Amino acid sequence: MKSIPGEMEESTVEYEVVVGLEIHAELATKSKIYCGCTTEFGGEPNTHCCPGCIGMPGTLPVLNKAVVDYAIKAGLATNCEISSFSRQDRKHYFYPDLAKAYQISQCDYPLCRNGYLDIEVDGEKKRIGITRIHIEEDAGKLIHDESGNGTYVDYNRSGVPLIEIVTEPDMRSSAEVKAFFEKLKAILEYTAVSDCKMQEGSLRADINLSVRPKGQKEFGVRTEMKNLNSIRAIVRAVEFEAKRQILELEYGGVIERETRRWDDVKGESYSMRTKEDATDYRYMPDPDLYPIYVDQAWIEQIRATIPELPDDRKKRFISEFGIPEYDASIITASKTLADFFEAAAKDSKNAKAISNWVMGDLMKKLNDTGLEPSDIPFTPGNLTKLVSLIDENVISGKIAKQVFDIMWDTGEDPADIVEKKGLKVVTDTEAIRSVIIKVITANPKSVEDYKSGKTKAMGFLIGQVMRETKGKADPQAVNRLLKEELDKI
Amino acid sequence: MELTKLTACKAADKIRKKEFSVPELTQAYLDRIGELNEKIGAYITVCKQDAGKQADNIQKKIDNNGELPLLAGIPAGISDNICTSGVLTSCGSRMLSNFVPPYDATAVKKLSQNGAVMLGKLNMDEFAMGSSNETSWYGQVKNPLDYGRVPGGSSGGAAAAVASQMACFALGSDTGGSVRLASSFCGVVGLKPTYGAVSRYGLVAFASSMDQIAPVTRDVADCAAVMNSIAGHDPLDSTSRDYGHEDYTLSLKSDVKGLKIGLPKEYFSGGIQKEVKEKVLDAAKVFESLGAEIEEISLPLLEYALPAYYIISSAEASSNLAQYDGIKYGYRTRQFEDLVDLYKKTRGEGFGEEVKRRILVGTYVLGAGNYDACYNKALKVKRMIFEEYQNAYQKVEVILVPTAPSTAFKIGEKTADLLDMYLNDVYTVPVNLAGLCAISVPCGFDSSGLPVGMQLIGKPYDEGTILRAAFTYEKYTGGNGGIDCGI
Repeated sequence: MKSIPGEMEESTVEYEVVVGLEIHAELATKSKIYCGCTTEFGGEPNTHCCPGCIGMPGTLPVLNKAVVDYAIKAGLATNCEISSFSRQDRKHYFYPDLAKAYQISQCDYPLCRNGYLDIEVDGEKKRIGITRIHIEEDAGKLIHDESGNGTYVDYNRSGVPLIEIVTEPDMRSSAEVKAFFEKLKAILEYTAVSDCKMQEGSLRADINLSVRPKGQKEFGVRTEMKNLNSIRAIVRAVEFEAKRQILELEYGGVIERETRRWDDVKGESYSMRTKEDATDYRYMPDPDLYPIYVDQAWIEQIRATIPELPDDRKKRFISEFGIPEYDASIITASKTLADFFEAAAKDSKNAKAISNWVMGDLMKKLNDTGLEPSDIPFTPGNLTKLVSLIDENVISGKIAKQVFDIMWDTGEDPADIVEKKGLKVVTDTEAIRSVIIKVITANPKSVEDYKSGKTKAMGFLIGQVMRETKGKADPQAVNRLLKEELDKI
Repeated sequence: MELTKLTACKAADKIRKKEFSVPELTQAYLDRIGELNEKIGAYITVCKQDAGKQADNIQKKIDNNGELPLLAGIPAGISDNICTSGVLTSCGSRMLSNFVPPYDATAVKKLSQNGAVMLGKLNMDEFAMGSSNETSWYGQVKNPLDYGRVPGGSSGGAAAAVASQMACFALGSDTGGSVRLASSFCGVVGLKPTYGAVSRYGLVAFASSMDQIAPVTRDVADCAAVMNSIAGHDPLDSTSRDYGHEDYTLSLKSDVKGLKIGLPKEYFSGGIQKEVKEKVLDAAKVFESLGAEIEEISLPLLEYALPAYYIISSAEASSNLAQYDGIKYGYRTRQFEDLVDLYKKTRGEGFGEEVKRRILVGTYVLGAGNYDACYNKALKVKRMIFEEYQNAYQKVEVILVPTAPSTAFKIGEKTADLLDMYLNDVYTVPVNLAGLCAISVPCGFDSSGLPVGMQLIGKPYDEGTILRAAFTYEKYTGGNGGIDCGI
C-alpha cells in the first residue's frame, strides 16, 4: 500500500461497502467428525488423538452421523434447503497442522444451500442471504517454543467438526455485519449446534469486503481477512478495511485481490498473500467416504428438535413479561442470558424490574469482568428474591445495589445477606426519632437555616439521618418525623 | 513329509489330527526363509521370535483340545503395505523405512483371530506402484522359477513367497492387478475381491477407490478359506460391506455345467504372447468339455481402461501420499532451512522415481485447469467401463481372459520403456475400475517353462461363481501341483 497523507480532500464520491462473511463454527458433538476421539477443548497436547487424527497411513475416516444432524439443524434454523445428495471432498495444501495434507470438506455439493436471516438495524429490516453451509474438519495447531528452539504441533483439534457458513455479499455496513453475526451466533447457541465460545476459537469469521461508488452495479475488488475471533474485532476490521480501500481508491490506487491479516492490537490489517500465489487446492471427491443422502424423514426428525429461536422468544418476552422491545432483543440475543431472565421473571411479580436489573447491573458486571452469562455466580431465583425484597419494602433500592454486589461476589441468597448484614429498612419510629434528635442537636446551623426558610437545609438533614442509619431508615418515615421534630423547635 | 509343500487347508487338517505341531510347521517355514530369502528377496522383515511365540500359543490351544479357528497354526506372510502393530510397515519405501504402526490392519487382526501365524512382511513395489517389483527401496524380488526374471508386481514378494514355499499363503494388495499379475508370473492363485469385500483399514492407501487387500494362495480352496477369514464389513472402513457370501468354501464344488463363460475378443488380440493366448483358449476348451457354454463377447472399451486407470490412480495417489511430509513419522531429511525446504528434501529423498512420477501426474490431472479434461473424463470412462461389464453380465456369468499379455519377463527388460511396463496391467485394470472380482489361476506353461495365468472375472459380489469355476478347472487339470519352483 502506498503512503497516505494524514489529511485528505473532501471526496466527491460516496462509497458503499459490500461485505460477505464466511463463518466457521465448531459443532458441539462429543466426538470428532471422522473418529471417536473427544472434541473437548484443551488437554495436554496430542492426548485427544488416535492414529487417524495424526494422519497415520492406512487409517480411514468414518463419518460421525451426529455431525450431519447438527449441520442439518443449523441449516433448518437459518432457512436453508437441505441437499438430498451431498459429497465430501479433499482440499489439498501442505501445512504441518494439517495431518493428512488435505482437509476433508465439501466443495461442489454442500449439505445446505440458499438460506437467509432477517436482521434489523436502526429500525430497518433487512434480509441477508446464506449461500451455503457445509461440514468439514478442523486442523491442529502449531505451538511456537517461547525460547525460539522450534515449533511443535498439537493435533488435539485435528478432526473437530466444523460447519462453514457462507453468506451472500449482502451487508453494507459494520452495523449490519454485527447484527447478522450476533443473530447467527444466537441461533447456533439456541439450537446447541455450537457452544460459540469465541475466545476458544469455537466461532470465527472471515470477512470478504469490497467498496464501490454508490450506485455502481459491479462489485469492487475484494479482500479477505481471516480468523476474526471477537465481535469487536469483526466490527473494527470492517471499519478499518472499508476506510483503507476507500483511501486507496481516492488516491488513485487499485485494490488487490488478496488475503489480509487483522492485527487486533494495532487495529489494522496487513497483506498476507496476493492472488498470484493463491493455492490450487486440487479438490477431489474423497474416495474413502460415500456421498451423504438425506431423506425427508431425516430432515423432519431434526426439525422436530429445533427449539424456540431468538425472534420468537423476543416476541414472547414482550407479550408475556411486558418488557420493552429493546430489552427483549438484547436479552434474547444470548440464550443463556434469556434462560436466566426467564427463570427469574416467571416467578416474579415484577418482570419489568427483573429486566431492568439484567439490562443494567448484571450486563455491567458481565462487561466489566468479561465473563459469559453462563458464569453468573448466583441463581435466577436469587434475582427474583432481590426484586421482591425491594418491592416489599424490606430493603431500599440503594441498599439493593449493595446486596447485588455481594450476591455477585459470593453467590449468596439476598435474604441471607440482608439478614446477616442487618440491611433491613428501619421502620421503628422511636429508633428513627432518636437519631433525628441527635442530628438536630449536632447541626444547629442547618436547623436555623431551615427555620429561616431555606428548604435546602431539609435535604442536608435527611442525608445526615440516612448516613447515621447507614441508609436503612425508611425514607418516608424519616421525612415525616424530621418535619415533626423541626416544627417542635 | 515336506511340511512346506502342503496347502493351508491340508496343513490345518493335519495339525488338527496332530500329525505335526504348529511350532514344527512354523520352524519349517522359517528354515525355508533362512535358506531362500537372501536369493529371492521376498521378505523385508522376518518375525522369527513373534512367529515362534504365536505358534506356541496356538499349539497350547490344540493340546488343550480347544475349539480351533479355520487357519489355526498356518504360517502366512503379509505385504509390507498392510499395517502390523509393532512391526515395520515400510511399503517398500525409504519414506516409511522407520515406520512402525501402533495398530493392526483389520485383515491382519482377523487372520490372527483365525489362528494364522505371521512369518513376516513381504517386499513389494514402492507404495504398490509397479508391475515388476523393481521399484522397492529394499531391492528387487526375484521370480522363484527363474532368478533372472521379475515376479510381477506390485505384490511380488507375496507371490514369490507363496510360490517358493516361504509362506503357506500371503496377503497382498490389488489396485490395478498387482496380486493377479504377480500370481500369474509365479504360478500361484491370486484373488482380487470385489471392492468393499475386505476392509481397507490398515492398508496403506495408494488409490483408495480401487485398493483391495487380496489373498495369494497355493490353490483355490485356500483362497476361499483365507477369504472366509478376512472378508466382511468393518466399522472402521465405510466402503466395506457384507454381502451374503460369508462362507466362500461353500463354492468349492466341481460343477460348471451350463455356466455361461464369455471370451471378450479384445483381450485376445494385439500385443499378446502367442502361448499365453493358446493356454487360455485351451482352458476355455476344458470348461466347454466340462459342460460350460463358451460365448465370444466384445468389450471394446478395453483400450481406454489403462489411461483412465493411470489418471485416476495417480490422482488419488498424489492425494494419499501428500501426508508423508517428514513432520509426524517416517523419513525426514537431515538438514533443511525452512518448512518448504523440509518438505522438498524429505519428499525428494524419501520417494523413489516411479512414485514421484505418479505424484506429479496426479497433481497435474487434479489441477484447476486440467481437472475436467483429465480427471473428470477418466471418471466418465470408469463409469462407461462399469456399464459395459454390466451389459456383458446380462449374457454371461463369468468372463475368461488372460491375466497378463505375457509370462514373466526379464529383470530390467521393461524399465526403459514405461508404456511397455504399464501394458502388463492392461487385462487387470478394468476389473479394478469396474469394482468387479477376479481370480488368477495357473493354466499351463510357455515354452520356457514359465507359468501362464488366466483370469476369471465375476460380477460384483459374485466371488462364489469364479471360485467354483476356478475350483472345477483346478480339480480337472490337477492345478499347479507340478511346480516345484525350480529350487
